[in-house]
Parts: sequence; C-alpha cells; structure tokens
Amino acid sequence: MSKYLLRRTLTSIPVLAGISAVLFTILALAPGDPFEELATNPNVPAEVRMNLRAKFGLDDPLPLRYARWVVSMMRGDWGFSFVSRVNVDTLILQRLPTTLFVLGSALVLAILIAIPIGTYSALRPYSIFDQAATTLAFIGFSLPTFFTGLLFILLFSIHLDWLPFIYRADISATGWRWYWEHVRQAIMPVAVLGLFQAASMTRFMRAAVLDVIRLEYVNTARAKGLSEGVTLVKHVVRNALIPVVTLVALQIPNIFGGAIVTEQIFRVPGIGSLLIASILANDTPVVMAVTFIFSCLVVASNLAADLLYGWLDPRISYR
Amino acid sequence: MAARVASRTVRGDLAVAASEPSSSLWRETGRRFRRHRLAVIGTVVLLAMVVAVLAGPLVWRHPINAIDFKAKLKAPSWSHPLGTDDLGQDILARMLYGGRISLAVGIAAMLIAISIGTAIGATSGYVGGVLDHTLMRVTDMFLSLPGLPLLLLIVYLFRDALRKALGPEVGVFILIVAVIGGLRWMPVARLVRAQFLSLREKEFVESARSLGAPPLRQVIRHILPNSMGPVIVAGTIDVAAAIIAESTLSFLGLGFPPDIPTWGRILYDAKDNLDFAPHWAIFPGTAIFLTVLSINYIGDGLRDALDPRKVLGK
Amino acid sequence: MDERDLQRLLDEVKGGRLSRRRFVQTMVGLGLTAPMAAHMLGSAGVAQAQTKWTVNPTKRGGGGIVKTLWWQAPTLLNPHFANGTKDQDASRIFYEPLASYDPDGNLVPMLAAEVPSAQNGGVAKDGLSVTWRLKKNVVWHDGKPFTADDVVFNWEYVMDTGTAAVTIGQYRDIAKIDKLDSHTVKLTFKSPSPFWSASFCGPTGMIIPKHLFQAFKGDKSREAPTNLKPVGTGPYRFVDFKPGDIVRGELNPTYHVPNRPYFDQIEMKGGGDAPSAARAVLQTGEFDYAWNMQVEDEILRRWEQGGRGRADIVAGGNIEHIQLNTTDPWTEVDGERSSIKTKHPTLSDPAVRLALNVLVDRGSIQEEIYGRTGIATANFVNAPARFVSKNTKWEFNVDKANQILDAAGWKRGADGIRAKDGRKLKFVYQTSINAPRQKTQQIVKQACTKAGIDVELKSITANVFFSSDPANLDTFPHFSTDLQMFTTTMTQPDPQRFMDQFVSWEVASKENKWAGRNPTRWRNEEYDRAWKAAEAEMDPVKRAALFIKMNDLVIQNVVIIPVVFRPRVAAISNRMRDVVQSGWDGDFWALAYWSKSA
Repeated sequence: MSKYLLRRTLTSIPVLAGISAVLFTILALAPGDPFEELATNPNVPAEVRMNLRAKFGLDDPLPLRYARWVVSMMRGDWGFSFVSRVNVDTLILQRLPTTLFVLGSALVLAILIAIPIGTYSALRPYSIFDQAATTLAFIGFSLPTFFTGLLFILLFSIHLDWLPFIYRADISATGWRWYWEHVRQAIMPVAVLGLFQAASMTRFMRAAVLDVIRLEYVNTARAKGLSEGVTLVKHVVRNALIPVVTLVALQIPNIFGGAIVTEQIFRVPGIGSLLIASILANDTPVVMAVTFIFSCLVVASNLAADLLYGWLDPRISYR
Repeated sequence: MAARVASRTVRGDLAVAASEPSSSLWRETGRRFRRHRLAVIGTVVLLAMVVAVLAGPLVWRHPINAIDFKAKLKAPSWSHPLGTDDLGQDILARMLYGGRISLAVGIAAMLIAISIGTAIGATSGYVGGVLDHTLMRVTDMFLSLPGLPLLLLIVYLFRDALRKALGPEVGVFILIVAVIGGLRWMPVARLVRAQFLSLREKEFVESARSLGAPPLRQVIRHILPNSMGPVIVAGTIDVAAAIIAESTLSFLGLGFPPDIPTWGRILYDAKDNLDFAPHWAIFPGTAIFLTVLSINYIGDGLRDALDPRKVLGK
Repeated sequence: MDERDLQRLLDEVKGGRLSRRRFVQTMVGLGLTAPMAAHMLGSAGVAQAQTKWTVNPTKRGGGGIVKTLWWQAPTLLNPHFANGTKDQDASRIFYEPLASYDPDGNLVPMLAAEVPSAQNGGVAKDGLSVTWRLKKNVVWHDGKPFTADDVVFNWEYVMDTGTAAVTIGQYRDIAKIDKLDSHTVKLTFKSPSPFWSASFCGPTGMIIPKHLFQAFKGDKSREAPTNLKPVGTGPYRFVDFKPGDIVRGELNPTYHVPNRPYFDQIEMKGGGDAPSAARAVLQTGEFDYAWNMQVEDEILRRWEQGGRGRADIVAGGNIEHIQLNTTDPWTEVDGERSSIKTKHPTLSDPAVRLALNVLVDRGSIQEEIYGRTGIATANFVNAPARFVSKNTKWEFNVDKANQILDAAGWKRGADGIRAKDGRKLKFVYQTSINAPRQKTQQIVKQACTKAGIDVELKSITANVFFSSDPANLDTFPHFSTDLQMFTTTMTQPDPQRFMDQFVSWEVASKENKWAGRNPTRWRNEEYDRAWKAAEAEMDPVKRAALFIKMNDLVIQNVVIIPVVFRPRVAAISNRMRDVVQSGWDGDFWALAYWSKSA
C-alpha cells in the first residue's frame, strides 16, 4: 500500500502540471475582459485601457504567459489580482475561515443526515419512513439552491424575522454573543447547502446499503449467528461506505468553489463567491489560483478515497 | 426482502443462469418490472408528461408569448389553468412548450452522463493497472475544470458553427446537452469504479470466473447489475441537475434565448415574486419534481427486474 | 429649440416666472446635463440655491452605525483605479474632491473654500484658466494638513501614464497647475475650456495625499500600501477592507465640517443581487441604504408597503436606448463585420427606421416594467409645451408602422414578413442579461411581429457585452447584430463626452481595435461640425443650443431609439434623514450630512 501511495503521490505532480496547463489555456481563451467597466465609461480613453491590458501582460502569447505563471507559483507568488490590485493569496486567506466554517459545516451536516437516514431507509425499504425520506430527498435536489435559499429567507428572515440573511464575517460583539451571532447567521446558508447535499447523499447511501444487504456474505454472517447489530456494522455499513466515501471525496473540493449560488444569495464571503466574481470580471490570476487549489484538492481527495477503499474492504487491491 | 435472499446458494444460481435462453429472460424482466407497482406508476407519469408536452400545445392553443398586462400574475383560473406570469403570459402554455426542451435536455444529458460514466468507471475498475490510473487522472482533470469559463469558451467557439450546420435550435440543443452531460459523468465514473473494485473480488464473481465465464460476461451479467444502485441514483439526480443547469446557462446567455420558457427558466423568473405569486414557481418546481420521481421509480424497477438473483430460482 | 429660445427661458428664470428646477429639468429633457444647465444659470447671473439640510446636529457623532449595501462589491479603494461606480463610492467614504454636484447639477464645495465663478474671479474670461481656493484647516486622517501641494500632486500622479489611472480623461486638458500659495491653485488649460469643472470635481475628482503616494507614482503605483488602507480627508476613517466583501469606517474626529458626521461607524457590504438588497432595506430593515435598485417597480412598491423603507428616485442622465446599425453586420469585409465600407441592407431605408421608432411601446415598458424607475422618453418629454418639436414626441402605433412600411414598398411575403427587392425585414436584437431588458425585448418583438418584421432575440452576459476585448464578436462596440440596447451612463457632467458617441472619427472599427466610441458607425458632417464648435464655445447658452441641435439630428435620423430615462434608484430606510441622491455624482456625495431620526 505504501508503494502505491508513493507512486500516486509522485504521479500527482505531472498530473497537476497538466491540469494547470489546460486550465490556463481555457481561461486565456475564454471571452471577457477584466477591464469591462472601463469600456462603457466615456472618460476612460482607449489608450488607458490598452495600456492596462499591456501592463498586465494580457496581450502576450499564451505559452509565455503560462510559463510566467508557473515560475511565479514556484516562487510562492500566487499572482496579483487585476481587479483589486492586491496579492491573490491575501484575498484567498481572507476568505478561508468563513469558507471552512460555513461550507465545512454544511458538508458535515449533510453526512450526519445522510448516513443514518439512508441506512435506516434501506433496512426498511418502501416503508413509511422510507417513502417520506425519499420524497423529501427528491424535493431537496429537484429544487435548485437559489430557490430553497429564497424560500428560507422568506420564511425565516422576512416572515418570522428570526434570522438575519446577510452574512457578516466580522461581528463586533464579544464573548459568547459573538459565537451566537455567528451561528445565527450561518444557520440558513448551512441548512440550505447541507440539505441540498444531504438529499443526494441520502439516496446514494440508501442504494448502497440496499445493494450490500442483498449480498450473500451478510447471510453467511447471520447464519454464523452474529447479532443483527454486529452484522450491520461490521459488514453492511463498512461496505456501503465505499460509495459514500467516493461521494464525500468528490464533494470536498466543492467547499472551495462549488457553493456559488448559496454564497451569492446569503452574501457569504467565501472562496466560491470570490471565484464567481473573478470569473465574471475575468480576473484571471485569481481564477487560476483558486482553480489550481481546487484541482489539488480533487487529486488529493480522490487519492484519499482510493486508499480508504483498501481499508474498508481488504479484498480491494490495486493491480 | 431479507427473507427472499436467504434461500439462495451461489453455485446453483450460476448453473441455472448459464443455461437460461435470453429471450425468455427479457420477458421475465418485463414481467418483474410490471410487478413493481411504483415503477409502473413512474412509467405512466413520465409517459403522461411526454405526451402532454408533445401533444399538449396542439390541444391547448394559447400562445406562449401573448403579452397581456391586464392579466398579470393572476392565480389559476379557467382561462389560465396554471395562472399567468408578470407579463400576463399563460403559464400552462409556456410549461407545455418549454417542457419539451426541459425533458429532452434533462433525459438526454442524463443518458450521456451515465453512459460515459459507466463505461469509463467499469473499464477502469475491472481492468485496473495503468489503464485505471490513466482514466482516473483524466477524470480528476475533468473534475478540476472550472465549469463557467469552460462553458463560456465552448459556447463561444462552437455556437456559430453548430448554428450554421444544424440550425439555431438543434445546434443549441446539441451544444447544451453535450456540455451538461459531458461535465457530469465524473461522479458516476468514480462510483461505478468503486463498486467494480469491490465486487470484482466477491465470491460469486470468482465462481463465475472459475467456471470459465469470459470477462465481458462477468461484467455484464454479474458485476454491472449490482453496481446499478449508484448509477440509478446518479441518473435521477442528473435529470434534475440538467434541467436546472440549462436554466443557469440561459441566465448566462449561453443556452436557449431568454424568451424560451424552459422549466428551470420559469422557476428562475418566478423567484422574486414568490411571496406574491407562488403559483408561478410551484408549477415548474412540481414538474421537475415529478420527472425526477418517476425516473427514480423506473430505475428502481429496472434494477429489481434485472437482478440476476431474482431471475434465478423463481 | 435654438439659442434665442434658451435665452428666453433663462430670462424667465431670472424674472422668477420659471423655477430653477424646472429649467434644469427642461434642459435635461433636451439631452443636456444638469451641471451644464447650472453653468448656464451661473453665467446668466442666477444665484445658486444653497442645499438645505433638515437635521443640524449640535455635536459630532452619537448616531451609531449606518449600514449600506451595494450589490456589486468594491474591489479597491484608490479612486484613480476605480473599476466602476462601486469602487468610486467606496473610496468616497474616505476621500473627497474639491466640489461635488448636487441633484440640480450645482457645484457644492467640499475641499474648496468656494466655487469659482466669473463673478469672484475664479474663472478666467478667456476660459484658459480657473483658480480654486482651498479650504483651510483641513487635515488628513493621519493629522497632516491638506494643502495645494496635494492638488498638484494628484494631477502629476494621474498624468503619469505608468500609473494607468482611469481618471486621466478628466485631467488631460490641463496644461499646468500653478501653486499660488499654500491654499490656492490655478489650473491652466491647453485650450479654452467651457467646462472647467471637469477636473477635481465629482467622483473622478477625489484627492489622495501626496505624502503617502509620492513614492508610488508611475509603475510603482500598485505597490502603495495606502491603496488598501486609505488616508483621506473624508468624514470617516479607515477601519477594515476585504476586497469583494466589505468596507468599514469609523468617525473622523478631525473632520473639517463642524458637528459632522452624525454616525460613529459606517459599513458598506457588497455582493449578491439587487432584489435581495432591496429586501434587506425594505422588508427586514437589516440595512439602511441599498444602491442601484434595478428591480421592477411593482415589486419595489409592494415591499415599500411594509413601511420600513422607500425607493428613492432621482433623475440623472442615463438613457436606455436601442441602437440601429448603419452598416451590415452580416457581411464580412477584410475580416471585419459591421465595416463602414458596407451599408445596412434594410436599415438604411429611413422608412424602416421611422417604423421601428413607432413600434417601441414605451408606455407599456414604463408602466409595466420600469414604473418609476424608467420614464418614457424621446428626449423631449420635459420641455414646456411651446418648445416641443412636433416630430420628436414619442408614440406607439402599430398601424402607423404598417402604413409607413407599405408606402415605402415593403410588402408582406407568404410568411408574413415584409420584403423588398429580395431583402427581408429580419433583425437580430441583442442586449445584456437583465430581467427588465429581456422583457423590453419581448415587448418590442411582439409589436414588430404585428408589423411584419421578424425579430430574433439575443442576450449576452454583461461582462462580455460590455467588454473591450478586441477578439470577441459579442461586445457592443463590435455590434455584430442589427439592433442593440443598453444604457449609456452620463454621470460625467459635460455633455461633450456623451455626444462624442456619434462623431465620425470615433467609429469603432478593426483599425482602432473597436475601441472607438461610436458603435452605430453613423457619420454625418453637420453633426461633426456642431460637435467641434461646441468644444470651443465659451458661452454656455450658445453651447447648449449646439448640443440641442446635435440631439435633434440624432433623433430625427433615428440613429438611436431612446426608450426610457433611467433615474437613479436607491432603497432607503424611512428613519434615515438627509440622504439625498444626486444623479450627477456618486451615492456618497453628501455622506457627511447623513443622519437618522432616533
């Protein structure tokens, strides 16, 4: 296994390099312009705009720009935002705590909901519990987050006036009130996002447990006289966790740039909204940095998932 | 369900399976499907929706874009069974018209995503080795791609060419379906591969192998049906996601023109009037929900019907 | 309307028969700007009304925090790098210009002791110079005094092309600045400048401190730490800035206006969209002020009923209009579409243009979509009756369009679409993605269909449509369709800048990488002559007459079809006081005077 780990880690480097080249090319070729606001401003003469483009190297040939980027990344210089005229790593670090807090909690919530409910649903398929859970899950992922988010806002902020709906990363209260305020404003975005992810994860968990339950060795274990509980934990859940691990590994990178709609609606200053704002403003250095981190996370999470398979089911081997 | 499973043994099953002629197998599958009540209901609902969107506009002749300010945001009534939107346009007519696109896009994109995903995941999981490694790294790359710039780029590059070749509507349709389906196969691939990795080593597959079954047969008859669980779930999720993704595309100017009332688009247009005219959003939301529900039950039925252990030992 | 009519109007104001405000509104209706009208009034010797504030506190501070919401988040705090009004507004919390424009277009002194004029000797008669006297006792947030050196420095900073300042357009006409003493500067222009307040006034006129930016001129400009931690003269001092998210400030105890500001802290949060921002002020009251409410009026009205806030609407110079291509976007010449070597096959026929003009249902568009936030216009709405020219009133008449087209020989084909000489009336009509715009498109399309014109709608995401990327065909300067619609903002106070969209040397083409400002590619000698004359004309009344003539030419030739006037709309909490929006300056132009009732 450690040989496998070593092999995978070593091959990650060229893989990431390849991915970054593809990303860079896509971003460079995509239409749009960081200086768009200036185009409609009659006071900004054309030369200033052209100057700015040249200054930021926008008109240089593609391979040259890519090489420049790679070299500066290796020196630890993550780039300079066209739009904010600030270092990219400053921008990202500013948003990291909020991102981890809100989006991390949403993922945790989703997992906490999906595993028990999915398992129980599978143990009693087509029962009332299962039907209810299934219906709720369908409603959950048929409705886009912009919709459920708005529903929540209408209900909890406007109608009931219980929760604020505009997220503020810096609250000036102190002590336990500070925590309480943070939790209060995070409840809705975490709930919207968490429930959306939970909806699909619950379905996957249920399907996975159902598949496993019907397989032979479960009955062998039962026949051996093991109690239902032990059977459940040792055999069913462990094997059913394989698809769940796959899913969670696929979701982790999304913390870093996936929950765009939820962040927009609640104005959560996370990395997702930084990404979408930079994409729309064609702020290539920021987009490049964030998507590169994203791809590192993808590669790392999938590697972790592959390793976990081996632990969950010892018969899985990598030839 | 647990009770039914308990009575099987492995070797007996496979011996019987090896000798069963295939035509009665399909008939058997059909019969099992029909016995699955919810699957039948799902099929009926889906067919009803398809018929409604295909034939509906011929029956319900209201124009989809007749702007009538005096009838703004009216709740459902006899003249407008689903109510009107903020330009006074009839929602039922718009939903029937847009439903064609939404259903077509949703189902087509989903089929593309799960076909590609299953093929890649199965190959990767079964063959293993360098091929597995390469395919998974390609998957990693696709997962890393930033959706939005990629979409902007692809649409920008190909929209005009497709338009000229196939006409504006078909061209855009193909583009959208390819793009949405092409960016959703990765989770399916990872999930199918995971299933294959674990099932490859299970006893019943070992038995089939030792009995001389060729790899393709192993895959199709034994492993694949047991991996369908996640694929079906992914399929249902993908339909909803594809319908919504299409509306996101049109919101960015990349999909169908904004006056084409696909369900996702209607939902998006309705969101600011939710507290005042909820009917506008409820109907497209319900339509998407029903589509997803019916596809799910059909999938469940298919899976149960194709399950080899149920085929054996009637 | 010509010069004599204008003079007569001015006489009526002087004689008290016409109010100042009505005069200004009339001028704006004629296509001029309020500051221009104010200039005219000034030159006619009509005294400027002082802005009155309802609340006059007796001490500084004590008002708590004021929370404002911009749905485009500011990304930088150096006014000379601003990418749009969001950055200008965020900077304005900390920095100030010499003078700002109030809603009527009058100059209100901020860092200047008084507004220069011909009477006080500030404005030279030959138009070659203007002298500003600066306010004494003004200190920067770090305690250093504000002097004439800072003013001179700002000009040098901006003019250095290495800085790539976007405000350069407002300072280019200055030949030199003389420091007459520690608090007096004299600007000398390269040629007589009728509009002398272009520099150092309004949102592009904010002044940054010399002692902190001195070392960061030219290429080093992006490294200045003060870019992110502004030190200005404004009512609030810098506390915190997270680009793309939030700006925070606290009361400036050394602010140069006594007993101001009222609030102890200010917060400007950014992000999200306009409807949810409106909700935050009008429905939940979480915020006190929200910028640029591009939301349907009907929805705004509904939310206002809650009694927490109101939609404040103020006239500016923005006009949503449809541009008609004079060239052929479907034929490529030397790799260029919409080349001036081509002529549009169908839109060159004036009858088609006139028909399109009466097919735009401005009344419905105003009533059903924009409401108070869009006022139907053909550019002549607000003029007193006897000055309205008969053929510049707007009308919506499908039958008339049909008649015009029939008379010009455009016959309906079997598919219902009109054609002549084998050319069909089929147009592609593009605009940016924006719900009211899409609805407007649908309304226009429906009317055109009734007149036998086939319209295909296209919508493009805003950051592509408004970009200056030379390679992208979907930008508005490229104009690769027949019709396009958007709003030209006119926050610059001088109509000269707005009117250069129609001069022949600004035609956007491959040669200038589509950076030209004339997307319709219209060329007209009479217009060009009038524009050049206005550039050098010192008498504001004569100048105004020239602009009106230019406007007339554009409207009568149906180069563009004005749709609605877009006033500025902000959502303001009902407890706020003295929050006055100006259509000719940024939202925070009078920030120091804002207060709240208890």
